[in-house]
Amino acid sequence: MSAGGGGVRSGRGGGAGGRAGGGGIVKQLGRHAVPLLFAALCLFGIVAAKITPTFLLGEMSIRVGRNSVLVLSLLIPILAGLGLNFGIVIGAMAGQIAAILAVHWGFHGIGGFGFAMLIATPVAILFGWATGSLYNKAKGREMVSGLIAGFFANGLYQLLFLFAIGTIIPFHNPEMLLPQGFGLRNTVDLTPIQYAVDDLVKWRVPLQGTMLRVPIASYAVVAAFCALTLFFFRTRLGQQFRAMGQDPHVAAIAGIPVERNRLIATILSTILAAWGQLLFLQNIGTVNTYNSHEQVGMFAIAALLVSGATVTKATVGQALLGTILFHTLFVVSPLAGKALAGDAQIGEFFRVFVAYAVITIALVLHAWQSAKREKEAAA
Amino acid sequence: MIARLRVFAKEAGVPRLLIAAFVVVLFAVAVVTKMNVPGLVTDSIVRVARNGILVLALLPAIQGGVGLNFGLPVGILCGLIGCVLALNWGVHGIAGIALATALGVAFAIPAGIGYGWLLNRTRGQEMMVGTYLGFAVVSGMSIFWLVAPFHNPTLVWAIGGKGLRTTLALTGIFDRVLDKWLAFTVAGVTIPTGALLVFFGLCWAVAWFFRTQMGITIAAARSNPRFARAAGISDQRTRIQATVFSTVLGAVGIVVYSQSFGFVQLYTAPLLMAFPAIACILIGGATVTRATVTHVIIGTLLFQSILTIALPVTSQVIQGDISETARLIIQNGMILYALTRLGSAK
Repeated sequence: MSAGGGGVRSGRGGGAGGRAGGGGIVKQLGRHAVPLLFAALCLFGIVAAKITPTFLLGEMSIRVGRNSVLVLSLLIPILAGLGLNFGIVIGAMAGQIAAILAVHWGFHGIGGFGFAMLIATPVAILFGWATGSLYNKAKGREMVSGLIAGFFANGLYQLLFLFAIGTIIPFHNPEMLLPQGFGLRNTVDLTPIQYAVDDLVKWRVPLQGTMLRVPIASYAVVAAFCALTLFFFRTRLGQQFRAMGQDPHVAAIAGIPVERNRLIATILSTILAAWGQLLFLQNIGTVNTYNSHEQVGMFAIAALLVSGATVTKATVGQALLGTILFHTLFVVSPLAGKALAGDAQIGEFFRVFVAYAVITIALVLHAWQSAKREKEAAA
Repeated sequence: MIARLRVFAKEAGVPRLLIAAFVVVLFAVAVVTKMNVPGLVTDSIVRVARNGILVLALLPAIQGGVGLNFGLPVGILCGLIGCVLALNWGVHGIAGIALATALGVAFAIPAGIGYGWLLNRTRGQEMMVGTYLGFAVVSGMSIFWLVAPFHNPTLVWAIGGKGLRTTLALTGIFDRVLDKWLAFTVAGVTIPTGALLVFFGLCWAVAWFFRTQMGITIAAARSNPRFARAAGISDQRTRIQATVFSTVLGAVGIVVYSQSFGFVQLYTAPLLMAFPAIACILIGGATVTRATVTHVIIGTLLFQSILTIALPVTSQVIQGDISETARLIIQNGMILYALTRLGSAK
């Protein structure tokens, strides 16, 4: 199945390469068509909007630091054959709940961040267990179930923060509550833990007159999570996940507890998503209580997919490359829209369109291949 | 007696009974607290007529074996283009609605064929592909609304003179034309006769369609593709027919929705429209593989009644708008329930 992941593209590239006389370079280009196309799109935008490297570097140094862990959280379920975990939205909610509690109880700085991570973990385990159980009940439909589960969880989340807090749950903090005395405000200020990780090691690089904040500690955290993920892939459990991803039936016959492992994969992904959201929030410094988490899934998944990753195969390198490419487009697109059409709105719609279109294409390719494989198996 | 009750509960499904009970409780509270019950009933009926066809649009897709049509926005957008063109040419009244519908259907047929073709190649993942195709098409069309060469001053932004507005008011054009047609009031309850007639008429037409040769073929190919193939029926073909039918009804549905609502909503408005419609048909008792017109009518009635009366009733007890939250939970809980009940694929 892992070979099938890149199969369509390498197949196409191979066809083109064949016509060009079996050139290795064309074949390589074909295999990396998606990230190359995306890079070209970014480059076009950069040139069109006359964006300076300084500005781009400044934006990207922040965005890569705060978004990478969320993208990394998608890898383990893909390895285990669960597909794209649209349920990371639920993990992000766990992170958000923890951040709000940490600030409410007066924690601040790196200690506050650590405390938030500590609370987020059991909550994420619980949420991940619930999501994983759902996936086990809806095998073959994990992605659509994850998406709907995200919407459903959002309803429960609203019920908790809009109605239960301050009424059923004793919570008296006039600064965080709506004027009516219950329900959380639309934005919660996270200043106490802002830049807790980013500025753990303060590093400023003077770049053309501005001091560029380089969140070196956040990079270290991202690197640590990359290393952990890579390490996990090599453990016994990681190998079991790989076997399940390749063929769940064979894995089950080989004595791998497939259902239990799927649960574990979802829980791990949910925990990583919760921590990823915390890292994201400590950089932003405020929580949009009711919609900070909503688009987490879509953006993380689109970012992973633009690197050429598929529903069945994704690597740590692809997660990082995808984050860089996707967020470059994210920054460039409105500016390019303004430069080209005199309207930033077009660029904003365009980047949303690209995110959805990239996911659609990846899903179509995946379904196309599985259908083809099934047909071959039947024949 | 208890055994019979149990059978009844099993047939109707626990979630549907709970939701029906919820509706009854809400109405009871409304009566006890002396709210304007006829007004609530009127609003509920108006919303059934408004949303009914969008729910009905899901039926052919389920019967054709494509599953829940999360790609409903594809059809909705065709209908919206029809509306915008009719408005742009200044066609008023029932003629405007007819023109918008005709144009919408004309766009929906090729769109449905393309969508159906794609779904045939992505078997087993139709719901996911449909969802994201819908999202991509809605966001792609947002760019279209912004750059499309419309110059009618009533449609484009006053400042700048280009780009369609987010909502286009239908006041004086074809605002509530169907709803008002033959409308009458009984015991304080106003019946939007025209819109209801259109809804029930289409329900009847769909039920009739599934008794024709083509309809029977479509349903047969869904329930047993292999047997159908042996009988010379290609389920590739019937699935495309079902998708086209669903997309066309989606286009008609949004025209009726817009005239009842009084506004044509563009840009991101259609993004999530498939989800409440899907919840309706599921609440009515449909499954991912089987649906009837009765499911459509009962489901729409139950879910839209909740949406209509939950806000005024609960606002007497709780401050703030809990109805949106309740909608999210009921709607998506219902879809999740249906997804887990299907059993494992393969």
